[in-house]
Amino acid sequence: MFFDLSLSCRVGERAIELAFASQARLTALVGPSGVGKTTVLNCIAGLRRPESGRVAVAGNLLFDAAAGVNLRPELRRAGYVFQDARLFPHMRVAANLTYGERLAPTADRWIGQEEVVEFLGIGHLLARWPATLSGGETRRVAIGRALLSAPRFLLLDEPFASLDAERGETLMKLVERIRDELEIPILLVSHDRSEVERLAGEVVMLA
Amino acid sequence: MSEWLTPAEWGVVTLSLKVSLVAVALTLPVSYALAWLLARRRFPGRILLDAVVHLPLVVPPVVTGWILLVLFGRNGPIGAWLESQFGLVLVFRWSGAALAAAVMALPLMVRAMRLSIEAVDRRLVDAARTLGASPWRAFLSITLPLSAPGIAAGAMLGFARSLGEFGATITFASNIAGQTRTLPLAIYSGLQLPGAEVQVARLSLISVVLSLAALVISELLVRRSAGSRAHVL
Repeated sequence: MFFDLSLSCRVGERAIELAFASQARLTALVGPSGVGKTTVLNCIAGLRRPESGRVAVAGNLLFDAAAGVNLRPELRRAGYVFQDARLFPHMRVAANLTYGERLAPTADRWIGQEEVVEFLGIGHLLARWPATLSGGETRRVAIGRALLSAPRFLLLDEPFASLDAERGETLMKLVERIRDELEIPILLVSHDRSEVERLAGEVVMLA
Repeated sequence: MSEWLTPAEWGVVTLSLKVSLVAVALTLPVSYALAWLLARRRFPGRILLDAVVHLPLVVPPVVTGWILLVLFGRNGPIGAWLESQFGLVLVFRWSGAALAAAVMALPLMVRAMRLSIEAVDRRLVDAARTLGASPWRAFLSITLPLSAPGIAAGAMLGFARSLGEFGATITFASNIAGQTRTLPLAIYSGLQLPGAEVQVARLSLISVVLSLAALVISELLVRRSAGSRAHVL
């Protein structure tokens, strides 16, 4: 199983309950906005502690309330691409890209800087500051930063939201290539049906 | 400058700068740690800690000086310990004036730094964690550099406050020429003497210029870090 989780999480008054197991390379998590899709990603990445449940990704147990397992985020090896990208504003694109790579053990790295830069077509951006990038460029750099941190899986939070059709299409092709060529399990959060139908091998509904 | 000022006045200015620089250097790590705690952590007693940090700002300086005297005097618990362990005596010494200035500058420095730490998006720290950074590494590479302008602003503000420190200093460290007679104390002493009006005016002018420069620099630094809506004044 790539993703195997069951968790319950309280956000204010609401309770989020979700359980699924997926063998697909790309699993889509869909549901209306505000239903807690990002909260689920945060639980998987270790940024938020679920009240109960169990989270295993690609054969690694990340969280198990019953067994008292709660891996710290830096040990979970999630390639988390946030919806708001969260590039570090005080570092140039090149330093943003290598931030996670320098922290990853050499043996665990499975992709190099040159390959990522080439793959994402961001070679011309390396010397720029994040504040000067367009929305599409920002997302690509954020994906590159996540890939270089030697992740065992990717979490993509609405990666195509608020991009125009052309840029959205470019990025979607990119995600397809990551799915097909890099062989890394991906969990994609989306609210767009066509996106999901095109990309996902399995769809999980959060209601 | 040395022709314009008498050697004694020049000595007052350099002593003031020395006392203020040491006071700021002493307070900088302490106030940053306090600012971080108050900005980022929720713990029992947080409100109390916040209040204690602000105490020197609202208590009469002479009371702060008296508390320092009780604690750091030669018979005080901390003062006696410092003397027996390190042979360090603070009362009636320039180091005592620096301690008084440091305590009085602390709340202002904490406030400025806390503002800039709060302005650092915590979600950036989260991002760093998912990329493999330990909490300490994330602090060093994200929070610290992004709050650096606030550190500089706090230091400037603390420096300005230290230069102007009077009440706690005269109570704790006394008014000893060449040892603890900083600018405000020298101005006060000048006012007690007949015919020192020009000297008082000169020292006052220097005092105003130094403090104003430090304040303007700190305000500019905070605006640069937290946007035009944030300010320390």
